[in-house]
Amino acid sequence: VTPVDALGLVADVRARRVTAREVTAGALDRVRARDPSLNCFTAVLAESALRDAEAVDAALAAGREPGPLAGVPFAVKNLFDVAGLTTLAGSKINAGHPQATRDATAVARLRGAGAVLLGALNMDEYAFGFTTENSHYGPTRNPHDPARVAGGSSGGSAAAVAGGLVPLALGSDTNGSIRVPAALCGIFGLKPTYGRLSRAGVALFGISFDHVGPLTTSVRDLATAYDVMQGPDPADPVCADRPVEPCLPCLDEGAGDLRVAVADGHFASRGEPEVFAAVESVAKALGAVRRVTIPENDRARAAATIITASEGASLHMDDLKSRPMDFDPMTRDRFLAGALLPAALYVRAQQFRAWYRERVGEILSEIDVLLAPTTPFPAPRIGQETIAVAGRQVPARPMLGLYTQPLSFIGLPVISVPVAGPTPLPLGVQLVARPWNEAALFRVAAVLERVGVAAARIAA
Amino acid sequence: VSATPELSDVARYVDEAAPLLGLPIPPQCREGVARNLSGLLAAGLLISDFPVGDTETAPVFEP
Repeated sequence: VTPVDALGLVADVRARRVTAREVTAGALDRVRARDPSLNCFTAVLAESALRDAEAVDAALAAGREPGPLAGVPFAVKNLFDVAGLTTLAGSKINAGHPQATRDATAVARLRGAGAVLLGALNMDEYAFGFTTENSHYGPTRNPHDPARVAGGSSGGSAAAVAGGLVPLALGSDTNGSIRVPAALCGIFGLKPTYGRLSRAGVALFGISFDHVGPLTTSVRDLATAYDVMQGPDPADPVCADRPVEPCLPCLDEGAGDLRVAVADGHFASRGEPEVFAAVESVAKALGAVRRVTIPENDRARAAATIITASEGASLHMDDLKSRPMDFDPMTRDRFLAGALLPAALYVRAQQFRAWYRERVGEILSEIDVLLAPTTPFPAPRIGQETIAVAGRQVPARPMLGLYTQPLSFIGLPVISVPVAGPTPLPLGVQLVARPWNEAALFRVAAVLERVGVAAARIAA
Repeated sequence: VSATPELSDVARYVDEAAPLLGLPIPPQCREGVARNLSGLLAAGLLISDFPVGDTETAPVFEP
């Protein structure tokens, strides 16, 4: 059984063409065969996964409803609490923490829908990076070219899906950490509106921007996982008290009545020509000719960087003081620098955030979906420090967030859809909507998938 | 508009400020911390003089 498409598996399990146990056993075999080279997993829960799968089979045999994700193997970035596992958040420091006693809300809701948890996935330490070059647990490799990064910080999540190990993974996104790896690995990734999905039981990083979301190989899988995870959660003060707004039923509505535009200016410069060609292919498929300019995106990135560094350092201050050399060299100096930022700059950055939200809000009052590239270039090589863009050498790692960071800065919902480029390396295009309008994103993504412009690439 | 501070001045700030915060900087990290802080301060210059009007951003606290 090839676990590529979650809802396809659900149909097979429900029709008893295959058992959930066989699906899970197959996924575990693939993990054993492929993960030594990809390095996605930091923990594999073989026994409990088989047990959970048998429970799905038992429910079906007894005529009970097994849930919309019945028998779907999934795995989660190792910053989600999983009962019985220590939540590493990519660190060596947290390896000394006690095991979690309960699942994060998002994990519990997926399991409650019948999904089968296979394990925990690699990430940049404390989510502070775009490449998953983790010094403690090793780099996660891009399934389309193992010499290249998977993106980050949810790199294990994206590579596990793109490598065909699981059809569904959870990640988190503060400045681009779902969208960047989804794009570089050629799959779908959703960063919902800030506050839409519960962060309870998730190790936080930049508390003003942290989001959780799914990564999948199809739009309907993305919608199903998202729908299952929606809803208020008293355990998370940031989670909005809004009713569930299911998106799966929207997928056949088409996008003819939606106003779609291409973001120009910042979002149309400093990238490789192929990423702009990918945006144009999406725009053409949607008949979008309008261009809009969001102002002051470099200041938005600057403010997001200051807030992230301050909040991240604040969360880890005790360890920075007492055991700095236990941090990953890839994050240590950046966390320490963040700890030394003046508070007035942090407040100023929050003021700019409110200003920027107003300006972008004005633009999005006339547009339903905005198109922008996800990254300025395809996956860099592991260890690559700089990259040539438009004839200039620039630092490769921070530049991966060039187009994602301004959007998460103000909590907008975004789906990164995989779009074929001229090389074997995948690219992503961001679909961006006004807050709480994830439905518009799903409608557009479904159209793009239907006409073949957006398609996941699985290196199984 | 303020100018980006010299890296040596940032390193001196790190040397002076970090101990006051109880944050000893390992010697091998000193240069990297100064370089990263310099980058953050340069980012700060992009927003510190930008007019944002009378934007209210008090955290909403519900007692």
